[in-house]
Amino acid sequence: MFEYAPAPESRSVVDIKPSYGLFVDGAFVDPASGGSFKSVNPASEEVLAEIAEAGADDVDRAVRAARSAYEKVWGSMPGRDRAKYLFRIARIIQERSRELAVLESLDNGKPIRESRDVDLPLVAAHFFYYAGWADKLPHAGFGPDPKPLGVAAQVIPWNFPLLMLAWKIAPALAAGNTVVLKPAETTPLTALLFAEICQQADLPAGVVNIVTGAGDTGRALVEHPGVDKVAFTGSTEVGRAIARAVAGSRKKLTLELGGKAANIVFDDAPIDQAVEGIVNGIFFNQGHVCCAGSRLLVQESVADRVLESLKRRMAQLRVGDPLDKNTDVGAINSAAQLARIRELSDAGSAEGAERWSPPCELPERGFWFAPTIFTGVTQAHRIAREEIFGPVLSVLTFRTPAEAVEKANNTPYGLSAGIWTDKGSRILWLADRLRAGVVWANTFNKFDPTSPFGGYKESGYGREGGRHGLEGYLNV
Amino acid sequence: MSERVAVRKTYKLFIGGKFPRSESGRSYLVQSANVSLASRKDARDAVVAARAAVKGWAGATAYNRGQILYRVAEMLEGRRAQFVALGVPADEVDAAIDRWVWYAGWSDKVAQVYGSANPVAGPYFNLSAPEPTGVVAAVAPEEPALLGLVSVIAPAIVTGNTVVVAASPAAPLAAVTLAEVLATSDLPGGVVNILTGRLTETVPTLAAHMDVNALDLTGVADAELAADLEIKAAENLKRVLRPAPAGHDWYADPGITRLTTLLETKTVWHPKGV
Repeated sequence: MFEYAPAPESRSVVDIKPSYGLFVDGAFVDPASGGSFKSVNPASEEVLAEIAEAGADDVDRAVRAARSAYEKVWGSMPGRDRAKYLFRIARIIQERSRELAVLESLDNGKPIRESRDVDLPLVAAHFFYYAGWADKLPHAGFGPDPKPLGVAAQVIPWNFPLLMLAWKIAPALAAGNTVVLKPAETTPLTALLFAEICQQADLPAGVVNIVTGAGDTGRALVEHPGVDKVAFTGSTEVGRAIARAVAGSRKKLTLELGGKAANIVFDDAPIDQAVEGIVNGIFFNQGHVCCAGSRLLVQESVADRVLESLKRRMAQLRVGDPLDKNTDVGAINSAAQLARIRELSDAGSAEGAERWSPPCELPERGFWFAPTIFTGVTQAHRIAREEIFGPVLSVLTFRTPAEAVEKANNTPYGLSAGIWTDKGSRILWLADRLRAGVVWANTFNKFDPTSPFGGYKESGYGREGGRHGLEGYLNV
Repeated sequence: MSERVAVRKTYKLFIGGKFPRSESGRSYLVQSANVSLASRKDARDAVVAARAAVKGWAGATAYNRGQILYRVAEMLEGRRAQFVALGVPADEVDAAIDRWVWYAGWSDKVAQVYGSANPVAGPYFNLSAPEPTGVVAAVAPEEPALLGLVSVIAPAIVTGNTVVVAASPAAPLAAVTLAEVLATSDLPGGVVNILTGRLTETVPTLAAHMDVNALDLTGVADAELAADLEIKAAENLKRVLRPAPAGHDWYADPGITRLTTLLETKTVWHPKGV
């Protein structure tokens, strides 16, 4: 590998406060209980800020603020004006994108190259896209006069903190709802900076409320009787608990949960392109991606060639400082997630799969895991069945297209899938048979605000993005 | 000359295109007839039949499914008098026939109305299209027994799902007679399965069944039972249609929410290039 001089992005563009309150009714406030927790930089374990922990009383206050804003301002505001606020937010995000990208990398551990080139452009684009819907809802295909639901409770994960916020808040506001959003406890900082952006945009108080905290805060929010809509992105286990919690209520629910995507490589695929797709599929964002291509299904006749090429490519991956512009793979988001990745990887070895990682020097401080592949994996292995949510790829083989379909669908999940082949009719044949909400053919991990995203089976229900993404926030 | 002695009908379940008695050997007296009292095992058998039918039915062309649903309307029209004789009001029978016709037409239109070509910011082909979710378990409303039942079955199957439906316990004769209509409409066996009996016996089994993809609680009037069933459905994240609000007008335009709740949207990406 070439020796590269360090090329760190400057931190001076961000101004992290020592502590943050909750964002309720347009202002930062202290939590009733006075509790707090720390957000750390996973690449260094440095404490970045002290974050207020919202209790049930704080959640109640936020929901009441959202209700009041819905009834007095936002719900009755003409769509063209809601649109203008959303366009304003999109523009401010574009203007402050470097600041947001650096903050995201600091708090999350993802490479600056990804937060700068993927997350932030998509965040701004998402607000831009839904802004344009706010005054066109009667044309969205949900009847002549679709109405907002009211107050939306939104709980998001730590893997794409600001992007998941955008996926939740932009369609909710465009449709005329107000929101109370809880960011993940390990990555609250960009959501809090977003709150400042709402202030800068003069968004009416109470339309967006941000309550920080962990599971208990999220539970108080989704169980609050004053919310009309619950949207959650995260693990299938928590998604199940939320589905139970809203049972018997009239709360509308959308869930975007886990995945165990098959990335299927046929013998006629362009191998170099497929290898790039495999690497992007599993090592993008340290594999902290619900739609990651975590099961490689490679046709037996080209398995050796693909693996050889994959290993050569993996040896070129630069793992390290997320703020270094040359970094490909950053830090694991938390100690807890690192422990989970280690546990499942150890299970892979213990169950008989063969483990391989390129020679890779990991920083001493922080949470790190080298890009890893397992070969000789069977469908019974835990690493073929459970979502690892880390840079760990399980390799299985197949002989016929029918076997590929069988293996790809042999999972309770159904979020995404990849197909690599030169034959068009085979792509369409396979795409019809894969039980997954997003199918990437000869590409992987592509996202766009116009493109609906969401899963089949236990990967959840409802779609985010596109015209479909409005449905979860309208009374249709 | 003595009056002719009528041949009475045995009212049985409808599973996998056949008319079995309940495996439990039980029946209950309702509407002056002995009707099969379905067991939990019957519910599970019905799910097996429904699952087996998914591949063929979901794989059929939309045109073909539309023709078969229209054929159901034809068969129902022909048996109009039979339903009236069972006590179903004539205007309800007419509305049920018309509902089959209405849904038949959706088969090859829902993908155009509910799908989309997505203008992504890059050189990619990107298309979203709906697909059936799989096996649907449904509870038909108590009233109107025929129109309500049809309004629950038709939107589930027109898009390629298969269904296990619990008929109105108090008025099951229309449901069993509808099964005879379905059995003579070229509808493949297992696409529609009809259980008669107590909801509290069969529906919890369906709600908790791990091979059921969606749960339609339309006919569950007891709010506590509905909540309990929704909790059971969460185990494998079934798509849930919540109970119809009291006083729901079954004669009004149904809209497409019943269709779309039982659909999955699949989005396919492919690069463009030479």
